Amino acid sequence: MKKVFALVLTFAMVLAMFAGCGSSGSADKNTIKIGMTGPLTGGASAYGIAVRGGMQIAVDEINAKGGLQIEFRAEDDEADGADKAVSAYNSLKDWGMQILAGPVTTGSSLAIGAEAVNDKIFMLTPSASAEDVAMLGSNVFQMCFTDPNQGASAADLMAAKWPGATIGVIYDSSDAYSAGVRDGFLDKAADLGLNIAVSDASFTSDNKADLSTQVTQCKDAGCDVVFLPFYYTEASQVLTYANTIGYKPTFFGCDGMDGILTVEGFDTSLAEGLVLMTPFDANATDAATASFVETFKKNNDGLVPNQFAADGYDVIYAIYNACVAAGIDGTTSAADACAKLQAEFAKMSVDGLTGKGMTWDANGMISKAPAAVVIENGIYVPMG
Amino acid sequence: MQSIQYLINGISIGAVYAIIALGYTMVYGIAKMLNFAHGDVIMVGAYIAFCVTNYLGLPSFVAVAASVVVCTLLGIVIEGLAYKPLRGTPSLAVLITAIGVSYFLQNAAQLIWSSSPKNFTSVVTMDPITLFDGRLVITGEVLLTVLVSTLVMIGLTLFTGKTRTGKAMRAVSEDRDAAQLMGINVNRTISVTFAIGSALAAVAGVLLCSTVPTLMPTTGSMPGIRAFTAAVFGGIGSIPGAMLGGILLGVIETFSKAYLSTQFSDAIVFCVLIVILLVKPAGLLGKQVQEKV
Repeated sequence: MKKVFALVLTFAMVLAMFAGCGSSGSADKNTIKIGMTGPLTGGASAYGIAVRGGMQIAVDEINAKGGLQIEFRAEDDEADGADKAVSAYNSLKDWGMQILAGPVTTGSSLAIGAEAVNDKIFMLTPSASAEDVAMLGSNVFQMCFTDPNQGASAADLMAAKWPGATIGVIYDSSDAYSAGVRDGFLDKAADLGLNIAVSDASFTSDNKADLSTQVTQCKDAGCDVVFLPFYYTEASQVLTYANTIGYKPTFFGCDGMDGILTVEGFDTSLAEGLVLMTPFDANATDAATASFVETFKKNNDGLVPNQFAADGYDVIYAIYNACVAAGIDGTTSAADACAKLQAEFAKMSVDGLTGKGMTWDANGMISKAPAAVVIENGIYVPMG
Repeated sequence: MQSIQYLINGISIGAVYAIIALGYTMVYGIAKMLNFAHGDVIMVGAYIAFCVTNYLGLPSFVAVAASVVVCTLLGIVIEGLAYKPLRGTPSLAVLITAIGVSYFLQNAAQLIWSSSPKNFTSVVTMDPITLFDGRLVITGEVLLTVLVSTLVMIGLTLFTGKTRTGKAMRAVSEDRDAAQLMGINVNRTISVTFAIGSALAAVAGVLLCSTVPTLMPTTGSMPGIRAFTAAVFGGIGSIPGAMLGGILLGVIETFSKAYLSTQFSDAIVFCVLIVILLVKPAGLLGKQVQEKV
């Protein structure tokens, strides 16, 4: 009896061994495996879900075309900068991921990027904008602007649009994104000779509940333009409070401001005249944007895509185009794919939803034209 | 003029801390436990008010009433399910359970209302008062918050001092065993305390979100912790102390942001707290209890 049992057990183990081979060993030549990590639950889940939704549309479009197919898998990293992110990455590796289209947030990108550099897995993040992410290694690329670059572009736009204006800056000193944009902005503003009256009105993630003091500081300094390089959640507070005290400067936000009109219960008339830098405008009338917005809404219960979704979409197309050009298929090892993609990204130019003629430099930072929009009658209008 | 504006801003946020701190201090003073889920009951209260006004289109006083009722029930349920079974266990067990309840509420709110922020419509419709050509602005929210927190403080002081239930609460607070021997139903008294604390949380939630409109599942946690600090600052267990602590915390915070450094404002606030606790370990208005040997 014991012998029979042992025999059955051995047989089962042998089977299990083959089962393991089945999933990773016999890769389909025509299908590449692209993995994505992002916060799919938790406080930052809005970003991860948007990116995943955008990527899924690109994957579906590509797979419907025939030719090289994509197998796509998203793992939840909860926007964690440590073990949760790494375990999400490891489970993608176990699955047989060849290329990483992620992570979504900077913290996770720093943690996962270090692993991806060691493992020689090509990584293109849609939205982790810190300079440190691109500097991790030569196989780490970004689809979005780095923070200091975005700040510098904002200073350029302000100098062109409102020469001689008195400018105030409020920022979140506990957030790498916000502080990075602000630093880039102040450096460039000093070069351009902009009149910065308030430069250190900051808050942190612990005391952002009350931003009235910072707004009052800008009001007292007589600022005509107030730069708000942080997310729309806090920005909606600033706008509401400024309106309450009758302070009406031009507010100028970054890409994190995108989404302000979607805050439930927010009086969107307060955002009239708000300027924000965003690479993507869901109201644009070009065919590519219109079809993307329509599909995204259909897949996501009517949710309007934001720039994170558009970045995700562009990431998949950039990877797909590079794979086709470099002849990468399902049998290419991750390290080979990485080397080929690196070479391809250095020379290629991509047209996408978030910009035309986008190229990458040797550090993996993107170069594309900055775009700003003004909110008029509740919709984005390109700033003239 | 500028400094008066900062003072008003400080009192405004301080009064919100005060009303949250009143809830903390009530529960601590009587049940002798730190209800770390208090901040999250506030968040639930604000969400209920948000739903009633935005989805059902009812006026704001109905919203406040609905949120008070829901939070009171929630408080009783939490107390009955999570804290009552732990009566008599070490206080650390109750503390950890409270943290668990806090996480539970936050995640439940995320499931129900999603993690994307909502903008709370202020319950105050009054136009702000502008003085000196708009250089000084007093919003209706400030007046309402200060008024409500003062009324709540007076109400609670009278309630614990004069009514039968209030006296029972003080008895339980002083000596639970002796109170029980005197025929006071300790379990019921503690449940009532929780009910009152949670009703206060609902009011605090509405006032907090009227002052600071962003509503998210984590909205209550940071103000909750600050209010807890305010309660310790004023002397935990003392009702006027919570009020004083809250207002002072708000004012010190705003002034250090305005005149010293926005970056170090928290450090300054907590340094002041440490200094005061070194001088008066029981807090500003706290009673120094002599340990009988």
